Amino acid sequence: MQRDFVRRIDTSASRSRRLHIDLPLLALLALLATIGLLVLASAAGDQLSYLKRQSVFLLVGTVVMVAVAQFPLRFWERWTIAFYLAGIILLGLVLLVGVGAKGAQRWLDLGVVRIQPSELMKLSVPMMVASFLHHRAIPPTALEVFIALVLTAIPAALILVQPDLGTALLIFSSGLFALFLAGVAKRYIVGAVGVAIVSAPLAWLYLLHDYQRQRIVTLFDPSSDALGSGWNIIQSQIAIGSGGLAGKGWRQGTQSQLDFLPESHTDFIIAVLAEEFGLIGVLVLLTVYLLLILRIGFIAANAASVFGKLVAGSMALTLFVYVFVNMGMVAGILPVVGVPLPFVSYGGTAVLTLLFGFGILMAIATDKAKN
Amino acid sequence: MSRAAVAPPVPRWRFALLGLSLAVMPLLLLAKVASLQVMSGSQRGAEFLQDQGDRRTIREERLPAYRGEITDRNGAPLAVSTPVSTLVANLSLAAGRWSEQQLAALAAVIEEPVAQLQQRIAANPRSQHLYIARQLPLQTAQQAMALGLPGLRELREYKRYYPAGEVAAQLIGLTDIDGEGIEGLEKAYQSSLAGQHGRAQVIKDRSGRTIKSLAQLQSPQMGQPLALTIDLRVQYAAYRALKRAVAEHRAEGGSVVVLDVQSGEVLSIANQPSFNPNDRSQLQLAAVRNRAVQDLIEPGSTVKPLTLLAALESGKFTAQSRIDTHPGAIQVDYKRFTDHSNYGELDMAGVLSKSSNVGTVKIALQLPPESIRDLFQRFGFGRPVGLGLPGESAGNLPAHRRWDDVTRANYAFGYGLQVSALQLANAYLTLANHGRERPLNLILQGGGAGQHAVADADAADQIRHMLAGVLAEGGTGRRAGLDGYSSAGKTGTVHKTSAAGGYHSDRYVSIFAGMAPVDNPRIVTVVVVDDPRAGGYYGGAAAAPVFADVTATALRLLQVTPDSLAAGEQLAGAPL
Repeated sequence: MQRDFVRRIDTSASRSRRLHIDLPLLALLALLATIGLLVLASAAGDQLSYLKRQSVFLLVGTVVMVAVAQFPLRFWERWTIAFYLAGIILLGLVLLVGVGAKGAQRWLDLGVVRIQPSELMKLSVPMMVASFLHHRAIPPTALEVFIALVLTAIPAALILVQPDLGTALLIFSSGLFALFLAGVAKRYIVGAVGVAIVSAPLAWLYLLHDYQRQRIVTLFDPSSDALGSGWNIIQSQIAIGSGGLAGKGWRQGTQSQLDFLPESHTDFIIAVLAEEFGLIGVLVLLTVYLLLILRIGFIAANAASVFGKLVAGSMALTLFVYVFVNMGMVAGILPVVGVPLPFVSYGGTAVLTLLFGFGILMAIATDKAKN
Repeated sequence: MSRAAVAPPVPRWRFALLGLSLAVMPLLLLAKVASLQVMSGSQRGAEFLQDQGDRRTIREERLPAYRGEITDRNGAPLAVSTPVSTLVANLSLAAGRWSEQQLAALAAVIEEPVAQLQQRIAANPRSQHLYIARQLPLQTAQQAMALGLPGLRELREYKRYYPAGEVAAQLIGLTDIDGEGIEGLEKAYQSSLAGQHGRAQVIKDRSGRTIKSLAQLQSPQMGQPLALTIDLRVQYAAYRALKRAVAEHRAEGGSVVVLDVQSGEVLSIANQPSFNPNDRSQLQLAAVRNRAVQDLIEPGSTVKPLTLLAALESGKFTAQSRIDTHPGAIQVDYKRFTDHSNYGELDMAGVLSKSSNVGTVKIALQLPPESIRDLFQRFGFGRPVGLGLPGESAGNLPAHRRWDDVTRANYAFGYGLQVSALQLANAYLTLANHGRERPLNLILQGGGAGQHAVADADAADQIRHMLAGVLAEGGTGRRAGLDGYSSAGKTGTVHKTSAAGGYHSDRYVSIFAGMAPVDNPRIVTVVVVDDPRAGGYYGGAAAAPVFADVTATALRLLQVTPDSLAAGEQLAGAPL
């Protein structure tokens, strides 16, 4: 089936295949980046520096992506552990010498640029787990599952204490996705779900910070703290609702343009799109994301190696979760966690990490297989 | 490696589960977004949110109305409004976002010590409306706004400026920082001066800056201008002369009122001490009071002409009647009234020019007790003049059921009743105007009823001519003689009433009331010098020179033809 597909693709695709470029993926990425820049141009308002920097990130990221795709998948597989360890060290450094904003330390200031190591882990954790598991028999043994969980839990814990609960949970789940796809036994899944249900109340009582509990409470009743933690939700709902079916038009959104919408160029950027392009705009963006995720799923399904399958599969799932956790939080069906919208929210480390990941995806897509 | 090549036995149900959860999440999200954006009717649906959105951005803004100018009779500005800017900060948006350098730059622009600005901000860290600086020149505000501080915005306002400064301060009054009249004419004419502020619908951003104007709901109505009958030149002359006299005699204060006899228009109301209305920080209550219309004095000898007018009207006396004031004192019941010296036999003019208490008392005791009070009342004592100034005093003209002789005697030369300087001037205007009262005006073309007779015209004219003698050689008011004009008037020196009740034996109020020229009076001037302590306390010494200076200036400014040789020429020609 896979062979048939390869044979069917035309000559231009063959050429792109030689360049290790997956054309559908590239096209969807270009579309997404265009939408992202358009919305960012509106959200950032007069601050053109955001737009310029994001464009530079996207360009550099694209170069990185193409470059990464040129290397065989085995090369990246071999380097996975190095990336992973480097990420762990950087996360440790964040805790020691990191800089931050709003009470959390999330960045490392390298003088020229500030990087956010937790963004790097979004890619290296599923790769690490995949790399660890694919050497072993499938399904993995209990010990292997345990080791994979530890590999996932270390960076998640480091991020949790920044504190950044949302990213920690997502990183942890990206590791779980890899485990899940690797065919971990059903009893582990059932057990994990059970543990999650039991530990949820305990986490609520002992693990969560006050502001985190408050965010969950305000999810159900934003007006309970309308000027505090509810402000973001109320304002973003107003912005979304103000958009109506077709929106107010580009740069015409009053809520976002006039500074009523907090974090409008980062985590809440989808509300800007919703206000200015309406329900139609949201549908278009959602469709592009779904197509992108389906394409990655397709790459996963057709990957020539188990490592490729696991990495592409968990990346598809991770991307999916990121998109919908972000949108869900802005729309008010999930608690507010600091998760940016991939490719649309402003943020250099996120863009570069994502495009690096897509480079690996392209390497997987064009990997001629196993010797 | 080779093991990994084996197709992984990932069961199908896992993909099914994945596909299902993949489908659920977008559907859930879409349902939520759709309910926010297009579903109507629900409690937090699209319409509600759109309305909420508008409420956050669409605001009504006040459009300040231009406050009417106050000018003198020739259009010289006395109170004008200039556009200024006030800087307001929404600190809940700015907190912690103003860097040290920005703060320092802002402090430099608004000329406030950085530490003080920091302290004010620290004291109200969550304030949504903190005045950073009020009423700055537009250019300064522009510089501050150019710093681009988040949460800082600019409000346009008008600031009141008083070009004449302290010269007309009590009369014009002043506004508070919000533009509301709180003293003087600014207070009295607040509603017409203020106009009506307009309203506009605008879009504002979160820090309150106006982004776009949607519609003008109501355009601001400019305040009405107010043109006064005051002549700023006369006002300057009055103020300058009064200030000099107050300083020279080390007096507590004083007032000058100048009236135009032919129109009833007030040409000047000046007071000392005064204040600079352009600098509210130095404001002292005592200086804000318009003494000329609010403070009451016993008029003393300045009412003797009126007592004598009552005598002429009674028919019992004529201008030629002779009064024996020998030996310069008279005992009335328990009280002894004295003159400065024994003037012997005086005619009516002599009683006035020597200001003989004995003569006045003797005349008064022969008149029905009610007649003097009645005449005072006809001349406006005991009721407000009606200029509409805040705090205008009605004076105090007691009526007695039983008039004992001492009360009658006291009344006759101005004790036991109280008037304001304005009321006294008003009475002298009636006297100068052939016994016809003319309503006073402070507002140009303010209309007002016509004149009407309140006393016998011939008698009034006779008294007026007698008053010319007061200013002649040997009269008490010779220092009130004018350069180039004949004049008539009366001095008054009254003991100051003490706060404890009774009179101070050594503290006085020095008064001069007069008119010029004698034959066809054009100007009436009243001068009050309160508590002169140096250089003579008699009305003739402290108040008369001010009268001479101010009245002559006013006549010249009104281009009244001089009717008397200049005193200088006279002196030059006459052997000394």
